[in-house]
Amino acid sequence: MAREMMYGDAIAAAITEEMQRDPNVIFYGQNMGMTERDPMLKKFGKDRVRLAPISETAEIGIGIGAAMTGLRPIVELWMSEFMLVAMNQVINEAPRLRYMSGGQVSVPLVLKAGFGFCAGWAGQHSNCIYHTMMGIPGLRVALPSTPADAKGLMAASIRDHNPVIYLHHYMLTLDKGEVPEGEYVIPFGVADVKRPGTDVTIVATAWMVKKSLVAAERLAQEGISAEVVDPRTLTPLDVKTIVDSVKKTGRLVLVDQAPRHSSAAAIIAGEVAEYGFEYLRAPVKMVTALDTSVPYSEPMENYILPNEDKIIQAVRSVLVNQAVEV
Amino acid sequence: MQRKKELGKDRLVWIYTQMVRIREFEEAVKRAFIEHPGAIRGHSHLGDGAEASIVGALSTRNDTDLVMPSYRCHGYPIVVGTPLRKMMAEIFGRKDGLCKGFGGSMHLADPAHHFPGTSGIIGQSIAHATGAALSAQVKKAGQVVYCFFGDGASKQGAFFESVNMAAVWKLPIIYVLENNQYQAYTHFSLEDANAVAGDPLSKKAEAFSIPGVTVDGTDPLAVRAAVGEAADRARAGKGPSLIESKFYRLSAHGNVITVPPLPTQFPEHEAVAVYGNKAEFEEWKAKDPVRQFRSRLVKDGTLTAAGAKGIEEAARAEVADAVQFALASPFPAPEEAVNYVYA
Repeated sequence: MAREMMYGDAIAAAITEEMQRDPNVIFYGQNMGMTERDPMLKKFGKDRVRLAPISETAEIGIGIGAAMTGLRPIVELWMSEFMLVAMNQVINEAPRLRYMSGGQVSVPLVLKAGFGFCAGWAGQHSNCIYHTMMGIPGLRVALPSTPADAKGLMAASIRDHNPVIYLHHYMLTLDKGEVPEGEYVIPFGVADVKRPGTDVTIVATAWMVKKSLVAAERLAQEGISAEVVDPRTLTPLDVKTIVDSVKKTGRLVLVDQAPRHSSAAAIIAGEVAEYGFEYLRAPVKMVTALDTSVPYSEPMENYILPNEDKIIQAVRSVLVNQAVEV
Repeated sequence: MQRKKELGKDRLVWIYTQMVRIREFEEAVKRAFIEHPGAIRGHSHLGDGAEASIVGALSTRNDTDLVMPSYRCHGYPIVVGTPLRKMMAEIFGRKDGLCKGFGGSMHLADPAHHFPGTSGIIGQSIAHATGAALSAQVKKAGQVVYCFFGDGASKQGAFFESVNMAAVWKLPIIYVLENNQYQAYTHFSLEDANAVAGDPLSKKAEAFSIPGVTVDGTDPLAVRAAVGEAADRARAGKGPSLIESKFYRLSAHGNVITVPPLPTQFPEHEAVAVYGNKAEFEEWKAKDPVRQFRSRLVKDGTLTAAGAKGIEEAARAEVADAVQFALASPFPAPEEAVNYVYA
């Protein structure tokens, strides 16, 4: 059974269902559970649903300590950049403690944050910082692009025994889609082919999946068959599904909302260069944000971001040598 | 004061015994830099001088209470029952180490003995300890968390944020601010606002409207009295307390930071090496908490001189055995390094 739900509601549904299933799951953050009218507070009580002060280092560090000692905290951080305030806890504490203890402790912690808010939030609230986390051994990074994935990946994040950075995209919050009801867990490290195709592989994450699907539809009208692959989790990264797709299409366009050198696209391009080079019939093309901060004013914001036109142009550029092939 | 009366002879002897075990362990680690050059890598931080504070505090602990110190972490697991062999083997980077050679001196962990682990980044584990107190509260486990950190750490944002949250949530935690007077190489009077104003560091508690006291950290019974009160308060659901336990670190911050192949060992204490203040160092050395407590117990008849000597010899033998065990333990297989990244 599935029903239509918004992306944001699908995340909330997963949190509610997991909290019902496991009494060790707790949920806290700033500006939540403030009054007795709060529905989560009503359902789970003030021990498990808490309001935290504006103290990211303590919020995340406390989550780590609680996770080390038997709870499964979900920390609501609202915006991914707020994690930057507490980067030591995110990068140098949460993922290190298990390893340094020789496997004696684990840190089953979910850091939930929205990202990529390109609606006039300017330089400090619109960024894509997953590149910084995806290379840290011990961390997992999930980036859902649909309501169903939002639910399934949140459930998986809560059940995982490791610290998970769960990044939901602000621009997808109101998007609707079919979401399975009841228990629905998407395993980490399994990419999803959002649209099958034969001429070119487009790998995209989160909001860029939506844009890539629109681009693929327009390309289909030109007779170009694009396969859109969404890794869904950056750590672990399903390199195999991506390389298998490239094996079939021979061409790869990577779409990423982050600036070029802090993109997941750059990492994926490296993997394909090593494991899929023999299948490539054209150079890999990356469609990323320009190397700027995000500007406030709308025309400039649009200018620096990847969009459908840029994706289509990139696809055409990797297909241009198709005619001259023997 | 009442706690002092409760103490029978056995408990007093237990306190002295744990203090001696810590001192002997730390001295053996220090000697290892000379006797077994290269056996200990990286940075080791010793707790000699802290014995009265550590044992006095932990003497109030119930069996399941959690102990969460900083990277200067050797003393605490010794008190809660971690085998010295496994500790020393870890410090020597061996397979039989507490953390199988993954952590070393700064990252000892023994969750089976209620010692979940440490952070090497100053002040950060204060937040982890506070999280452990959150677990205790949510699970209604009746546990109290004993959180230890240095005077330097009390200048970290993690300290202020964590104590605020613990006070708001009334978490069962005791913050023991071990003022050993030096933040790495810097004397606390040069960097602490309370100290600059001539106030004790426990004044920080006022900012969070929680109890804050300063105690003589060279006297295990004084520490025990203050921490015991804080433990009672935490267990009663009244929230955190801050205790400044003031003593003097008797060794340098850590072994000298050298680049291989240059050998490393413990330098002179910062008071002498950096500040040229030999008088200060000698003054505090004369107040050595282990020797001080020994004299007291012998004087009041709790221990005979022979009894005290027996405790010291037993500790020395236990530590020597730990060093031999560590030296005999094999190194981990290199490929073990890929384990424990994910659970």
